[in-house]
Amino acid sequence: MKAGPSDLMGRLFGRRRWLIFWMTALAFTVGLFFFRDIAPWAVEYPRAWVVPLKFWVSDFMKWLINEADLGLFTFKEFTRSISWVLNWFLVTAHGIFAGGAKIPLNGDAFFQIAPISWVALISVLVLSAYWIRDIGLSILVGCCFLYLAVFGRWESAMVTLSSIVVAVPLGVAGGLLLAVISYRHPWFGKAISPVLDLMQTVPVFAYLVPVLFLFGFGPVAAMTATLIYAVPPMVRCTLVALEQVSTEIVEFGRMTGCSRRQLMWKVMIPAARPTLLVGLNQVIMLSLNMVIIASMIGAGGLGYDVLHALRRLAIGEGVEAGVAITLLAIALDRLSQAYAVKRPVQMEKGLGFIRSHPHLLTALAIIVILSVIGFFIPAISHYPKNLTITTGDFWEKMITWININFFDIIDGTKAWLLIHILIPVKRFLIALPWMGVVGLLGLAGMQLGGWRLSLLVSLLAAFIALTGNWEKAMITTYLIGISVFVASVIGMPLGVWAAASNRVHRVIQVVIDTLQTLPAFVYLIPVVMLFRVGDFSAMIAVVAYSLVPVIRYTDHGIRQVPPAMIEAATVSGCTRRQILWKVKLPLAIPEIMLGVNQTIMLGLSMLVITALVGTRDLGQEVYIALTKADTGRGLVAGLCVAFIAIISDRLIMAWSMERKKLLGLS
Amino acid sequence: MATTELTSNNPRSDITPQANTPKIVCKDVWKVFGDKAARFLAGHPSKPSYDELTEAGLIGAVRDVSLKIHQSEIFVIMGLSGSGKSTLVRCMSRLIEPTTGEIIFDGLDLLKIKAKDLIEIRRHKMGMVFQHFALLPHLTVVENVAFPLEVQGVDRATRESSVLEIIELVGLKGRENYYPRHLSGGQQQRVGIARSLAVKPEIWFLDEPFSALDPLIRREMQDEFLRLQNLLRKTIVFITHDFDEAIRLADRIAIMKDGAVIQIGTPEELVLSPANDHVAEFTREIPRPKVLSVSAIMTPPDDRATCVGSVPADWKIEALVARVFEQDEPLAVTDTEDKVIGQVSRDAVLDVLINKRTPK
Repeated sequence: MKAGPSDLMGRLFGRRRWLIFWMTALAFTVGLFFFRDIAPWAVEYPRAWVVPLKFWVSDFMKWLINEADLGLFTFKEFTRSISWVLNWFLVTAHGIFAGGAKIPLNGDAFFQIAPISWVALISVLVLSAYWIRDIGLSILVGCCFLYLAVFGRWESAMVTLSSIVVAVPLGVAGGLLLAVISYRHPWFGKAISPVLDLMQTVPVFAYLVPVLFLFGFGPVAAMTATLIYAVPPMVRCTLVALEQVSTEIVEFGRMTGCSRRQLMWKVMIPAARPTLLVGLNQVIMLSLNMVIIASMIGAGGLGYDVLHALRRLAIGEGVEAGVAITLLAIALDRLSQAYAVKRPVQMEKGLGFIRSHPHLLTALAIIVILSVIGFFIPAISHYPKNLTITTGDFWEKMITWININFFDIIDGTKAWLLIHILIPVKRFLIALPWMGVVGLLGLAGMQLGGWRLSLLVSLLAAFIALTGNWEKAMITTYLIGISVFVASVIGMPLGVWAAASNRVHRVIQVVIDTLQTLPAFVYLIPVVMLFRVGDFSAMIAVVAYSLVPVIRYTDHGIRQVPPAMIEAATVSGCTRRQILWKVKLPLAIPEIMLGVNQTIMLGLSMLVITALVGTRDLGQEVYIALTKADTGRGLVAGLCVAFIAIISDRLIMAWSMERKKLLGLS
Repeated sequence: MATTELTSNNPRSDITPQANTPKIVCKDVWKVFGDKAARFLAGHPSKPSYDELTEAGLIGAVRDVSLKIHQSEIFVIMGLSGSGKSTLVRCMSRLIEPTTGEIIFDGLDLLKIKAKDLIEIRRHKMGMVFQHFALLPHLTVVENVAFPLEVQGVDRATRESSVLEIIELVGLKGRENYYPRHLSGGQQQRVGIARSLAVKPEIWFLDEPFSALDPLIRREMQDEFLRLQNLLRKTIVFITHDFDEAIRLADRIAIMKDGAVIQIGTPEELVLSPANDHVAEFTREIPRPKVLSVSAIMTPPDDRATCVGSVPADWKIEALVARVFEQDEPLAVTDTEDKVIGQVSRDAVLDVLINKRTPK
């Protein structure tokens, strides 16, 4: 057991004792349910007791926007000036990639500059891919971007790309800065850590409204929301990277007489480069994910195309736009990953600027030359409209065909599952007395991590009840619970299989890498087409989106079981089945649970998006608040989602860490 | 290079004149890790033992170390892992702040100077080589070696041309534009050595510089190191856990255990009179002829015996084995002024060779 004060805990709460505690708590909960007439308030949280937090938040927001004064200027002026700067960046990027620019001449005349030509952009990207990695990456990137042009998605894709081009540097710089401050002043790191947790777990829709109020409607608000979402991983990644810099390197820097600034920027940051670039990749992918979602609030681009198509049930168009997002994501991901692992190569010294920057200059030359040519040949500057093709019809027909031929099967399965599994589970969870659940969570916290954890999880759970979101939270829990269960049932065997065979491992790796690059939004398209709206569709989308971590962590967990243990088991005469069940799985379980934890986190973020397909949970509450521009309602419901995430995360992490310690794996 | 051969039978007697100027003096240096370590030390009536500290939940990494390191000597600090040798050397450069004590560098108490002055001293007077090289992965060889100059604000052209010489000196000419990952371990450490010498430091700290290398390469690097020192005459603090290495390189050795220095002396002194069993344990396997000098086994001059030839008293026994066995008569032993001060017989040498007894 643990040493120190928890020894006392160990004696007080031995294994047997814990069993007694759990029995008591369960009996208490069941008792509450059956004798609900005595204390109805302990079963269903009374409406009259709801703390009107959402109104307070809304009022505070109003005050912030209308009255808050920072002395020289008001708070709103402050945020609006930020948005003015951001807007300038966005307009510039948009001009370069998508809109072009007009240079006014005398009078009404103007000189039209076209945006960067599609031929130029593709050539530069293909060449960069070749310089960074090899011809294979060139072909991949080239095909992805050609698809955008050929299928008539170029302009939307460029709108999306221009947002990313602005969001990523800002996100990276912001994350880097916050991390450097946190590294220098640990108190600052401690202070922002919970904020980062919330930024990552509060659903995007929840803070879109306040962001809209503060930064005004349009692309800038979308950009701000994107940054809120994409910065935390960069901060975390940078902190890890800085902590991983070897002590010797830091000592070397100090011995050389570096000032603090030199030590950070000349020694530590460069030495941490590989890990930092992993952060860059994350920022790119999260920004893309977010930019797509943000297209709902007026950012335009590929996300808007999908949404527009879905609303009109234009299946073919939806699929094509979805594929465009997917390909854009894959191209950006592979390019940035290749860049992350690339190391500088030696070059001769003293070559002068021109000869030492051949790539940059070639790229610039291509852009300039093609722009000039494009001025005379329009097909170079804009992909000719009459050459675009569409497969819309094909998709349309295929979906119709599936729906005609398999309607009975699909619908039958859906109905059976709804009636026999989904709805009963939902009813059961809703019927649970809230007080009992809070108590049980607290007990779990106590057993897994001591009184601090216990206090944290019970307070977070109580917050959900107090703000009147209990029933919706239970629906969320039910959808997540079932989805995670299904994802585990599918994912764990796949992970076990991948761990057993290197060939399968490689194939699955490629598939899940690709799945993970897809923005959440893309998953909605086939689901809606095949299953229409409702809980079942939401569940399928959540399972599909959150499946990857279970597979990945199971595979990884089993692979990292020390070979000596497997050899020992083999020598003892274990069959393969026994080795799997008695050696590999027990040792891999802590790791697998981390995967499950990730699955829950991904599932929750997807669940909020599935509000678009009609659920009745917290996600829907957030979405409704968004459509009604109700800051308080959205933020409070968003916090509830975040708290569910934090409760499950903390409990699972505590369990996994403890288990790893016991197994001697950490 | 002029002097390629510099082994232990060629003693560095020429440095003795300056050897009495201490470059670094450590006085009663303590480094105790843990909460309120300073208060515990101040409140303790005498000097707490390692176990007393452990009992109080503290770690006595360096305990009451006092030593002097002379100008131009190779001072080796030797101890097993956890003995506190790395902490001690970091206290000397204030990479680690000692809990109490004084570190006097050129007459200046390092612990009392301002951060800015410390940076200046580190920039111009100290160089350090690390066990795992600590090269910056994003810089080429020449950029790595020139890095200490970059930190001082020297412009690129000047600094990179000024380090070419030192790069050649460590044998890396032609690889200036390689990145560290393209070099072998031995080559990487050569970069580390060149870099630590780039600012022409007065004191050179080497923290287990060869421990991460293969035995053969390690040997080669030790020779190389002695060659360099013969040219440069730095004041050196060299950390190692390898007693053989210490014997091979050191002018003087300090042996550490549990944070305290147990014994300081020349290799010969340690072998001849180990302070306790711990030191004796290290010296047991050491080939004596390499360490002991003629003076350790010579007998007073005997007029009756006829000596054939003579050897200087500070030669190592190893160097005269062949001559002693070529003849029956003993050899005369002379001091630096060629005066006969004793004689050495074949039997005495034989005793050392077969490890018969430790000569007095």
